[in-house]
Parts: sequence; C-alpha cells; structure tokens
Amino acid sequence: MNPTLDANSPAETPSEKTLIQVRGLSKSFGSTVVWNDVNLDVYKGETLAVIGRSGCGKSVLLKHFNALLTPTSGDVLVDGVNIFELDYVGLRQIRQRFGILFQGGALFDSISTYENIAFPLRVFTTLSDAEIRDRVMEALERVSLAHAAERSTAELSGGMRKRVGLARAIILNPEVLMYDEPTSGLDPQTSDEINDLIVALSESLNVTSIVITHDMHSVLKIADRVVFLHDQALHWMGTVEQLKQSNDGPLRDFVRASEYSLA
Amino acid sequence: MRFTLFHEFGLYGTLLYQAMRSSLESTPYRMNLFQEFVKIGYESIPIILLTGVFTGAVMTIQTAYQLGNAFIASSIIGSIVTQSLLIELSAVISSLVLAGKVGARIATELGTMRVSEQIDALESMGLNSVSFLVVPRILAGMLMFPVLYVVAAATGLTGGLLTGVLTDTLPAFEFMKGARMFFFPWDVLFGMIKSIVFGFIITSISCYKGYYATGGAEGVGQSTTQATVLSCMYILVADFVLASLLL
Repeated sequence: MNPTLDANSPAETPSEKTLIQVRGLSKSFGSTVVWNDVNLDVYKGETLAVIGRSGCGKSVLLKHFNALLTPTSGDVLVDGVNIFELDYVGLRQIRQRFGILFQGGALFDSISTYENIAFPLRVFTTLSDAEIRDRVMEALERVSLAHAAERSTAELSGGMRKRVGLARAIILNPEVLMYDEPTSGLDPQTSDEINDLIVALSESLNVTSIVITHDMHSVLKIADRVVFLHDQALHWMGTVEQLKQSNDGPLRDFVRASEYSLA
Repeated sequence: MRFTLFHEFGLYGTLLYQAMRSSLESTPYRMNLFQEFVKIGYESIPIILLTGVFTGAVMTIQTAYQLGNAFIASSIIGSIVTQSLLIELSAVISSLVLAGKVGARIATELGTMRVSEQIDALESMGLNSVSFLVVPRILAGMLMFPVLYVVAAATGLTGGLLTGVLTDTLPAFEFMKGARMFFFPWDVLFGMIKSIVFGFIITSISCYKGYYATGGAEGVGQSTTQATVLSCMYILVADFVLASLLL
C-alpha cells in the first residue's frame, strides 16, 4: 500500500540531503506480518517522528535503521550504502554513527552511571582516564545529571535512566540519534523535560533525530516530519503542519484517541 | 515439535560458530574473561569444597558397609573410593552442582540483558556481543572446570580419609595404601577431560538459552530452568559417551 503523501511533502523529493533511504522494507516474525513495503527517506538534520498504535512495529522499524534487526525483504541505505550487505567492520562503522536511546534506558546494571557512559569510550577509544572523565561529565551536564555520576543505575528514577541512556547515546558524537519511546512511563513534567532535551540536543549537536512515540504532545513539540504506521504499512507521512491539517481517517482517529486536539 | 528441535540446534550451532569465529577474529575481552574466571572458578570453591568432602565421606561409609562382611583387605576401601572419585564422582557431581550455580547465573544474566535490551545496546555501539559476552564465559568454563575438578577430588579424598579415621572404619595409612595401590595418572587426566567437556556443555547451553531469551521476567525464568535441566541432561549423556570412548 502506498502511503498518503500530503502535497509538497519533502518525502516526495529525495535530495542530496537524504541520509537514510528505506526501500521496500518488509518484516515478518514467522507468520506474523509486522509491516510490508515501507519506503521512507530521512533527511540530514531533521527530526522525524514515527507514530502508530502499540504493537504496530515502530520499534521494529527503528531497529532496522542500524541493522539490529534484518528485514524479511527490502533495503536500508545509509549515505547510499546498503547496511545489510556490510561485513561486521563496515556495520560497526555505520552503527557508531547512530546513538540510540532504548525504551527502558538499557543501562548496564552491573556498573555505575558513570561507567555506563564511559563504557563506549573505554572500548572504542584510546582516551586517558582524565579525558574520559571530562567527556563523561560533559555528557552528564548536557542531560543535567552531573550529580548522579557515581550512583548505581538501580537508584535512578525512570526519567533519570532515560537521561543517562541519552548521555551514553551521545558520548561517541553520533550523526543520528534514535529515541525509542523517550517519554513513555514518565509523568507529564518529566516528559516535557525530555522533549526539551531532545530539541536542545538536536540543535546543539546538529544531529538527525528519529523519534518513536505515540505521545502527540512530543510529536508536535519536537518533530519536523511525521510517519504514521497503520494496518501493517506506512500509512501516512508529512510535515507537522500537514499533520495538523490532514483529513486522513485513521490518522485523525489516532490523534483523537491520544486526547490531543490539533485545531 | 521436530521443527522446534531443528530450530533450537540450528540457533545453538549458529551461536557456537559465531563465538568460534569471533574468538579467532579478535582477542576476547580480557576484563570479561578475568571476571568470569573469578565468578566461575573462585566463587565456586566453597560449594565445591562442600560437595567434595561429603561425596568422599559418603563413599567411604558406603564402601565400608558394602564390603563389611567380605574377606577383603580394608585398604581396598581406599582404592575404590579413590578411583570412584577420580574417574566419576568428582567430575560429575561437581558439574551437576555447578550446572545449578554457574549455568543458572549465566542464563539469568544474559537473559536479563536480552529482555532489557542491554545486548541490543552493546550491538548498537558496534560491539560484537557474542565475542563480548559468550566467548569469555565459555572459555572461562572450559579452563576453570578442570581446576574445580582437582579441588573436588582433593577434598573428596581428604573427606574420605578423615571419615574412615573418625568413624574407626579405616586407619589413615590403610586408606593411603589402597589409594596408592590402584592410582593411575590416566584417571586424573580422564577426569580433567570430562570436566573440560562438562564446562563447555554448561556454559555454552546457558549462554545459548540466555542470549536468545524472550518474553520478560517469565521468559528469563524459563530460559534459566531450561539451561539448568538441559545442562544436567547433557552432562549425563556426555559422561556415558566419554566413558565408552576413553575407558
């Protein structure tokens, strides 16, 4: 099924600004089809929100952007390179261009907050301990958690875990930041802080952001463009302005169900 | 059912292949290897001492009981206890105990890492999670189990000797005489070979079950149970195969 493309949507005009191209991507788990024939471009520097109902395969789609999952068919091209054809070294180079904030933070619970953030630096760089300390503290300050460096990850609240996860995601200076449900399970005030953080990081680090969410408040606050997954397909995509004016039935239903008024 | 079995063996084989390839490609992460030496080896010593002592003690009492009315030199009790411990019991019983301790720990650790996306986080950083998590555990298991076997055998013999003395069943010199009479270095080597194989079985099955765990806390629980049960089962099968081939 071809997605509804609102008039003048940037998705219609791929350009040299295209960073990620998704071509004919389909994914099934056994006999369960997640989605079929997804086509999508992600542009450098934009913030793309992927929305849809729970279980529609948003996180599954996200994990194809850096080949954490392999598709049933189709390709994902990063700067024109098909990531599913790369060997491990090539894939490692691509993966290190992406930072990802997982839904629950995915913090390593056997080590401290500080060590979680320092981990990629220890494994992939030859920085001295002092340099690592500087980089970690800088990342923690960006997420306003410098005071929690030595805490065990078990002592962190949900919002703090996400912020630590974010600090770890940016520590290797990625070009793309991917967020898997960054505000789920958080109170409205903390959600707002996370949204502000996403906007601030996008601007200060000049990164491309892909945000998986069903929080319409987040979408309207942080996104440049929106992709709507529905009925095992990419059903709609367009800018936030186009979303506000869209008369697409399933999209309007989804937005209405999230108790958010567009008008 | 048949498909599931093939699927399981296929996944297990794939994981082992990846582990072998990644261990050839890159040095396993040394810090993790050292940590596993400590967790599998050092931290298992108390339970191995306990298992060894009681196995030796029970063997002495039961052998003495079985031979009680026979017109056989009492030093034979020492021979039987020693050979049983070296060939069979020190390797098998300690491995069955370690399947619970080491196997359950590995399956739970990796399973929790899988369902909480920590393994995805490692991969997304560009790290080879098999090389980082699986290889050090299997290597440490294969290297530490023979050491633990030696500890189990030594404490088993000590337990057997002390039990003989303390229960007035067998004087120490008679036990030692019997132990020396039928001591063959090959028995120790055989026990060590068995413990290397058992170490591989426990760590690889537990890594496999944990690495591919699904379904949250319940899934991790199931993986841990399966890892322990399968490890015990394959230890017994491997024990039979090795005895048939090497004795």
